[in-house]
Amino acid sequence: MTGAPLVLIDHDRGVVGDDTRQALAFARACFPDLPIAAVVIGREQTEPIAGADTTFHIRHTALVDYAPEAWGDALHELAVAQSPGAIVATGTERGNEVLAHVAAIADQPFASNVIEAVAGASGTPWQIRRLRWGGSLLEDATLDATLPIMSCALHVFPNEISGGPPNADTPVVEFVPTLGPDAGRTRIVDRVRVAEGITLTTAPVVVSGGRGVGSEEGFAAIEALAELLGAAVGCSRVVTNQGWRPHADQVGQTGKRVAPDLYIACGISGAIQHWVGMQAAKNVLAINTDPDAPMVTKADYAVIGDLHEIVPAIVAEIRRRRT
Amino acid sequence: MSGLRILVCVKRVPAPGAQITLTPDARAVDARNLAFTTSPHEECAVEAALQLVEAHGGDITVLTVGPPEAEEQLRFSVSVGVQHAVLLTNDELAAGGDLDPQATARTITRGVRTLETEAARPFDVLLFGNESADSGGFQVGVRVARMLGLPIVNGIKGIAIADGVLTARREGDAGFEVYRMPLPAAVGVKEGINLPRYPTLPGRLRSKKAEVRSWPFVTEPGGLTMVRFATPTVELTETVVLGAGAGAAGAVVDLLVELGIA
Amino acid sequence: MSDLPTAARVVVIGSGIVGNSVVAHLAELGWRDIVQFDKGPLPNPGGSTGHASNFIFPVDHNREMAALTLDSQRQYAAMGVNTTCGGIEIARNPERMEEFRRRMTSATAWGVDAELLTPAEVAKLVPFVNTEIVLGGFYTPSVSVVDSLRAGTIFRERAIELGALKTVAAVEVLDIEVEQGRVQAVVTDQGRLATEYVVVACGVWSPRIAAMAGATIPLTPAVHQMIDVGPIPELEATGNEIGFPIIRDMDTFCYERQTGGSMEVGSYAHRPIFHRADDIPSIKESRLSPTELPFTADDFDQQLEEALELMPDILSTAEMKYAINGLLSLTPDGFPLLGETAEVQNLWSAAAVWIKEGPGVGRMIAEWMTHGASEIDAHHSDITRFYRYARNDHHVRARCAEHYNKTYGIVHPREQWASERNMRCAPYHARTQALGAVYFQAGGWERPHWYESNAALVEHYGIEDRPHEWDARWWSPIMNAEHLAMRAGVGMIDLAPFVVFDINGPGALDYLQHLTVNNCNVAVGRSIYTPLLDPRGGFRTDLTILRLADDAFRVVTGAFDGPRDAHWFRSHLPTGGSVTFVDNTSAYATIGVWGPKARALVESLTSDDISDAALPYGSTAEVLIDSITVRLFRISYVGEHGWEIYVPSDNALAIWDRLWEAGQAFGVTAVGAGVYGTTGRLEKGYRLMGAELDGEYTPVEAGLARPKVKTADFIGKDGYLAAREAEPAAVLCTLTVENHISPRDGIARFMCGSEPILTLDGERIVDAKGRVSIVTSAGAGPSVGKFLLLAYLPPEHAVVGTDLLVRYMNEDYPVRVAVAGSRPLFDPDDARMKG
Repeated sequence: MTGAPLVLIDHDRGVVGDDTRQALAFARACFPDLPIAAVVIGREQTEPIAGADTTFHIRHTALVDYAPEAWGDALHELAVAQSPGAIVATGTERGNEVLAHVAAIADQPFASNVIEAVAGASGTPWQIRRLRWGGSLLEDATLDATLPIMSCALHVFPNEISGGPPNADTPVVEFVPTLGPDAGRTRIVDRVRVAEGITLTTAPVVVSGGRGVGSEEGFAAIEALAELLGAAVGCSRVVTNQGWRPHADQVGQTGKRVAPDLYIACGISGAIQHWVGMQAAKNVLAINTDPDAPMVTKADYAVIGDLHEIVPAIVAEIRRRRT
Repeated sequence: MSGLRILVCVKRVPAPGAQITLTPDARAVDARNLAFTTSPHEECAVEAALQLVEAHGGDITVLTVGPPEAEEQLRFSVSVGVQHAVLLTNDELAAGGDLDPQATARTITRGVRTLETEAARPFDVLLFGNESADSGGFQVGVRVARMLGLPIVNGIKGIAIADGVLTARREGDAGFEVYRMPLPAAVGVKEGINLPRYPTLPGRLRSKKAEVRSWPFVTEPGGLTMVRFATPTVELTETVVLGAGAGAAGAVVDLLVELGIA
Repeated sequence: MSDLPTAARVVVIGSGIVGNSVVAHLAELGWRDIVQFDKGPLPNPGGSTGHASNFIFPVDHNREMAALTLDSQRQYAAMGVNTTCGGIEIARNPERMEEFRRRMTSATAWGVDAELLTPAEVAKLVPFVNTEIVLGGFYTPSVSVVDSLRAGTIFRERAIELGALKTVAAVEVLDIEVEQGRVQAVVTDQGRLATEYVVVACGVWSPRIAAMAGATIPLTPAVHQMIDVGPIPELEATGNEIGFPIIRDMDTFCYERQTGGSMEVGSYAHRPIFHRADDIPSIKESRLSPTELPFTADDFDQQLEEALELMPDILSTAEMKYAINGLLSLTPDGFPLLGETAEVQNLWSAAAVWIKEGPGVGRMIAEWMTHGASEIDAHHSDITRFYRYARNDHHVRARCAEHYNKTYGIVHPREQWASERNMRCAPYHARTQALGAVYFQAGGWERPHWYESNAALVEHYGIEDRPHEWDARWWSPIMNAEHLAMRAGVGMIDLAPFVVFDINGPGALDYLQHLTVNNCNVAVGRSIYTPLLDPRGGFRTDLTILRLADDAFRVVTGAFDGPRDAHWFRSHLPTGGSVTFVDNTSAYATIGVWGPKARALVESLTSDDISDAALPYGSTAEVLIDSITVRLFRISYVGEHGWEIYVPSDNALAIWDRLWEAGQAFGVTAVGAGVYGTTGRLEKGYRLMGAELDGEYTPVEAGLARPKVKTADFIGKDGYLAAREAEPAAVLCTLTVENHISPRDGIARFMCGSEPILTLDGERIVDAKGRVSIVTSAGAGPSVGKFLLLAYLPPEHAVVGTDLLVRYMNEDYPVRVAVAGSRPLFDPDDARMKG
């Protein structure tokens, strides 16, 4: 008997990220006929998770703060107890990490960044489609598992789930795992706050520079524009590789993923590795000498020409209008 | 004990441009005009290992599971200062076969055990990339660490070792999370932890002469099987060209106003 | 997104250095309505210009390339994008030092300052060079680095300012429409563009674009590897983009060039790596650019070792940050591919051009399109120089593979190719082979240059060998012996490579009159030797025409210029069919029989009347040798009595055998092209197209003007008349070398050609038109007992008996003007030939 699929809820000390809800929609899509169970690991108590039919609350002293191994162990124990149809999470850093632990413990396959999944008829493998290369390539694969474990790719499924029961009415089921002696080995023991104003991941506007900026000094104009707009400065991988900007500013497959209202891409050609980091932006303005550059052809707006002339001109124009 | 014994696991991946072209059977990336590289997170893992050894002494072994051509990536690691290189390959991989993450992890684990038995000494630190650039599975390091009974944390952008304890920093929304693990331990390294060095000329020449050890293994398939690749349909956006050159500044600011930004 | 026009006068495809230069020069010469596009963005569309090393070493042994390079450097300097940094070529082996002496000589010829450096002097300029492995250097202070992208932008702006140009980026060519062999339109992904002219300036993509029109641009994209090593404190300390002279490590085929704080190491030493225009990745598929392909490190390791050896102090700790397999264009003979294509009218090629000659090539193409000829003669670069066999991928790759590693190599002026041999052979090739022929290639033909079977004649005539290996390379004393044997008896010369065009039809005479300087309206059976001029009155070619019937003419020209001449003839054919043009080169083999005993030999084989009365000098007739009809032509390029015998190819072996058998009684000698093309020719002062004759000189200066000018109009007539009116700025002279002994090592030296002639004060000689006096041909004159040089000299020096110097391998040798003009040194009255 297949139990309700388990959906891992990614949270940081009780703050549930919006992205994590995408897995609820994903689970619904995979199992339209089954109830969905959300899993909240490690708080003193929890509200029922909206959109889930049941909320499991896993409690243990080793689970006070995020602890990847212990979270994996705990989720696995719950799975053993519940025999769920699948374990899913949103493909956040933690979501993927915890599912990897569950899969390792259970010696089951784990498919990350899934965008479509169809259960096979009794005993045959799942047919799944997942993202590779950060989303620039799709992979059709089969998942042959007694316990299917999947993370859904970010921003593919909606944050808000429709059709689920109202949260106040759904039950919260407590679960206390045994956990082995090693479970607490890897856990957050400290946090270092980095003082920062506007963060790249939360800024409503990102002004980003690429190879075309040409030098560290070349970012002065970009910084000036960002300051005027209350924007964060981003950059492409080639820029950090050249040492022009710190890696913390890097947007892309191996940098940060951003979803601002406006992304201004200056001298960025739009290689796949960069595009996947900013494709969630609501508007993209490309400034590039090459009208055929992928960034330009994919952008909503474009200015063709040399960013070294255009960006200062925009700065000047904003200042002019403000005086 | 003289210094740290570090193992770094790397993957050979193609380095594509803005558009990835597939082979006619759609089962591989058309790599005719592509360079291959070490997956970026793992390149940083190699650099992290080099910096650890520079600080604490010891030696580094780099290991890969892949086609025979992956020797190129191992030699690259040697060219920047890694001492030992191990290539785990077989006919299937040579023919372009793909190992799923379970199979890869089993193969690596067996390799690690072989190396540890040989040296009669375990590795102190195992470094992995957070995820591979191409398949992005997010799991091989975790699986290996679990099989070896080692603690592991992913997404690490800072490593320090003191008194047999590895302190790892992971980027969070507003700062760093700090993890501490007793050695031996494993870490999933994330790009940004460092800027990997490039080889020097003598380094490159030295790497040519380095021994790359290799032994065969039998592929045991895991449960995730690639069927084919597909190129996502790109949503065709109608790009509104606001103008060319500095003369377009007015139109840009109009847009910023329209979007409520300026 | 683009606004591509629908019509243009001329479309220039490509925005690299060449395309940009072409549009600027066309605009300056008055062209309007020029449309230029590129499939990439501006200013760097992703072709070879974008990753070029951008340095210019101005010294080249070849006059045309040196002129293009110097013109380009002047243009870059005028645009303010030429940074002089100096350049040192260094030698690791003694042969290279000899080559440097040769380069010093070429530097003198083209007026470029240069000096030879000791290792200590090298170290003074570039302190991080390991002088322990350096024998010396060749220093050119004017070596420079240019900003070719900026130059391109300036070129385009210049044309735009003149209201002549519209440039559109990101346009992909899909097709070139051709009708009746002429360009009609370019079809792009953004619409069709009707046009009169198309210039293909597409670099490595040129073959693909030309193929759309059915034309060939025979080049291959090839890899040139380079790496960037840094940071290097010594270089950063200069605070300059380039603060040290560029080093060319000639014997390892590498260069080291500073770029800011890094050192770029580039190589031509690795294995030839070729691509195909169709397989070059698109811009989107490329990580860097389509012409910056992934670096194949294994190919470069040898160069790393050598670079480390040369600059150990600065290269051993710096990192290799950037490394590419850069694509550039290679051609079968190493020269650019310029001019109208052989296949399609008004489809012009401006391909296989390097940064160092880009601006000059742009000017050359623009002048050529405007005036029908360029100021700098384009003989070596003319794309129509290739026979059909040389225009395909197989040949291109074979030859490029052979010469790629000679990019920095020491190439002898007479050097022969090793690849693509034995493709074109005379019908009696087996016979010449049996005689021990040593073959040189001429227009793809295997042509005996001398015969080893004549080795015994060397002793017989007491011919001395050349003591210096360089002078003796691709040379044999047997040639001189064959020469003397022919002059004493009779020689048989394989002339199968002769190019034969049959021009027939009621319009044939008028058509030829329009092309030739001399009158073609001669009696049937007579011949015309004539220059053909370009529209400005310079030499286009020279050749011989036989009138076979009222409306039937046979044109005979040399193997080296066959395709170029064929293009000229074809492109001037009238429409309407009144003239037909057939290339019958393969239908006939020609055998030359010359010498005092030639008449006796040929008369012994035919019963037809070939007496002087029946077949006087300059006339032609068909005769029977046994049952085979052959055509005799009483003429000689070697100054002896005899005939060119034109034989249908299927009969040629039989005729060779008859002549050879009958010749035994007359002591016949097989004589090679060394006599025909050099020794025999020079004694008679005969001019050779591409050596003495080219577009920069007129028939008057070459001494080929006839007393009268024909009344018919012909191409270049205005220029020709003007040249006849004016005092010639130079006169082609024959000089004799008065002393061969090298002042340095005391052994006799023998010039190879292209050396500068100097005054006794050691000054270069430049004529009123700015042309320098150099040796156009050099070779022995065995019958006059002197070593002969041909050279144009200004009138004040073109006086018999004038003593001058020739500089060879950086040493001066006394020479004397023996003939000023075309009078032969040997048998000046042509008594032997005509009598």
